[in-house]
Amino acid sequence: MSDRLPEEGFVGRGNREGADLFRQWFSELNRTAEQGGPSAYVFVMGSMCEILRTFNLPVVFPEINSLQTAVRRVAHEYLNQAEDYGYSPDICGYVKADVAVQLRGGEHPMGRIPKPSIAVLTNACNTYIKWAEIWERMYNIPVFTLDIPGTRAAGTQTWPGDPDFENDRRYVQAQITELIALCERVTGIQFDIDRLREVMGYANEMSRGWKQVLEFNKSRPSLFNALTDGTIYLGVANGFRGAPEGGRYFTNLVEEMAYKAAHGIGTLTEEKYRLTFIGVPCYPIFRRFNELFTEWGGTFVHSTYLWFASGGANLGFEYDQARPLESLAEGVLISVRNAMDSMFYQDRAIIEMVDSFHLDGVVYHPIKSCRTTSTGMADNRRSLMAARDIPSLFIESDMMDRRVVAEAQMKNRIDAFFEGLASRKQQQTAAG
Amino acid sequence: MNVRTFEAWRGKPLDEVLYECRELLEDMTFPTVRRWRESGGKVIGHFQVYFPEEIVHAAGILPFKVRGAQIEAVQADSRFGSYLCSIIKTSLELALSNRVQLEMFVTHPICDAARNLGAVWGRNFSYPCQILYLPQNANSPAAVTYLRNEYARLQRSVEAITGRPVEEDDLRRSLGVYNRNRALLRELYAIKRETPWLVSADEAYVLVAIGGLVPREEHNELLETALPLIAARPNKKQDKIRLVFEGGFCEQPPLDLIRAIARSCYVVDDDLLIGLRWILEDVPLDGDPLFNLASAYLEKSSYSPVQHDLRKPKEKMLIDRIRNSRAEAAILTAAKMCEPGLEDQVAYLHALDKEGIPYFVSEFEEKMTTFEHMEIQLETFVENILFS
Repeated sequence: MSDRLPEEGFVGRGNREGADLFRQWFSELNRTAEQGGPSAYVFVMGSMCEILRTFNLPVVFPEINSLQTAVRRVAHEYLNQAEDYGYSPDICGYVKADVAVQLRGGEHPMGRIPKPSIAVLTNACNTYIKWAEIWERMYNIPVFTLDIPGTRAAGTQTWPGDPDFENDRRYVQAQITELIALCERVTGIQFDIDRLREVMGYANEMSRGWKQVLEFNKSRPSLFNALTDGTIYLGVANGFRGAPEGGRYFTNLVEEMAYKAAHGIGTLTEEKYRLTFIGVPCYPIFRRFNELFTEWGGTFVHSTYLWFASGGANLGFEYDQARPLESLAEGVLISVRNAMDSMFYQDRAIIEMVDSFHLDGVVYHPIKSCRTTSTGMADNRRSLMAARDIPSLFIESDMMDRRVVAEAQMKNRIDAFFEGLASRKQQQTAAG
Repeated sequence: MNVRTFEAWRGKPLDEVLYECRELLEDMTFPTVRRWRESGGKVIGHFQVYFPEEIVHAAGILPFKVRGAQIEAVQADSRFGSYLCSIIKTSLELALSNRVQLEMFVTHPICDAARNLGAVWGRNFSYPCQILYLPQNANSPAAVTYLRNEYARLQRSVEAITGRPVEEDDLRRSLGVYNRNRALLRELYAIKRETPWLVSADEAYVLVAIGGLVPREEHNELLETALPLIAARPNKKQDKIRLVFEGGFCEQPPLDLIRAIARSCYVVDDDLLIGLRWILEDVPLDGDPLFNLASAYLEKSSYSPVQHDLRKPKEKMLIDRIRNSRAEAAILTAAKMCEPGLEDQVAYLHALDKEGIPYFVSEFEEKMTTFEHMEIQLETFVENILFS
């Protein structure tokens, strides 16, 4: 760790650099759209940026584009347009916002989104598959589904050397080889394995940093808000995976966190209650949603969002560049599987982190739009409650559709939750 | 195990056979499963849509098709969030309420809710619960070998329940039983298509659905008896339109809804319980049975919104289904909150618009009890076609 920068330059650097990188990314996408260049549509859980960057394909994350419409409070315009086209109010809001972006020729609050030349998706979310079928129909582009078998049952993950793992790995590796051949056809560029090694090096730097950053938030007070700051870091983790800027960003972020930890610098909230967040944030009222917690001194020290929406990069898996394809298959399989586990079997991890992250409470946020993250949440909560004596809150809303977000009702529930936490703390203090 | 679980239909005329089948299908105490267990049999429940039942059958275990039920999700409701299809909740309710007892539960990555179901089920029961990862990249040449080995993994889990290995010859015998079953179901659907006045949509549905509740040998006997009786019916052709019903691949519409449709239409093809009819041809009995079964899943199969295959664009497959059955129109329906079904509905309606094929759009839920509104709308739709 270096002490050479003044505090005002160091603290908050991750947020500033993240915002800059985001603007840079979207201006490049805008330029690509204007010039009609190729682009790859990908998703956060298993973006395969390692391969796509090897072919210099700009990556578009429609999930991120969609959530940006909600953060900028125009999602309803996009949702309405997609519903007029025929889509049900009961399907994923991300899909609908993207359909409207496509129907508008790429028009988006942050610029113009290029049309896809190829779409690459995994099965980490089944809606990815249905979503990509829409582009297939709209643009007649190649759609590649990288099928990544997940955990078959709780606690039964297999590892390299196990015959079941090797069956999965061979399947994933064969598909990666097929993806490479497809990218060669789409771009006209011949695959360069040394370029892949280089890209994997940047991805390694990022994964290493991401894991460390998450671990740093065990500090008291917490160093960053997992819901707000964390979402910025997550954006960079996705948009710049396999890029030199992405690797460098996370190296810098680790440096910032180490500095803050060493100097006891936390977030702007005076930390009274340490919380973890389960699910996807409430983007239609993103800032206000966070304030409903921070006003009570609640800080989000962790979030499962930072696990699954980084495609499992939180594991910090580092590729072996000496055997790139085999190692890529292994890493993608293990990481994306972990992303799925953090949605389906997250109770196990939360039970473990209650102590290591000194948690005072767990906030579950199931959303109408996303059955992947929300279906099992109530049952996960039951499991946590059976295993640990820790208060939890269960509030339903949405990540896109403000029609499903009842702020007053939510505030009542959140206030009651904190009153409970306060009384519990008093009792604990009284009991010595 | 040679246990008869469903005897009530034997020796009866066709109408009574169908009555007994309907009674069994609507009996939420699942008497056939209970009888099987009382005889010492073991049961593996598998969630919709497709499951390689042959592997379970070869081990002498009863495969039970978990496809929801018309019951209240009294206990299951607290395990799930609000915005969810009914089938997920009522399927778990079957087990939580002890209506059905299992030795193992298997679900599939068919949709985001179904994948969660494996974990939820596993937290609520001590017996093994797992996801069978059917391949979602049907176009990869590596998929078939992967799936063959995934089936072998499933086979090991099944063997752990019985404590004895499943031999290749056991599998071949089961493939033979299921090949016969598929042939009989094809015959039933040929009657629906060619002479729909001989068997109504609800009658055909009942005959198919029984397959998920009884050992497949018994289902074969039932169909072998019923099909000739159906073919010999003296029914006269009526002035009804021919249509395809699309949207019944997972959650099932209530039988009364299918009956309501049958009152005004001939349903000449559909995707109801498509998993039982997923494989379209006989699975070869020579060679590696697991490989043959895996290959059939990928290469000789139907389509549904929950399998992505570049060779089977859904709207093209639907139009083929309509053309092949000489249907004049389609009912495009989806279970409430069913993401894959609702998403494909949009593709279907735009494609049918382009082809000039009339369609009727609706949503359903397995727990629906009133259909008058839908029936009036459907009658109006039919009259528009008949008198246009």
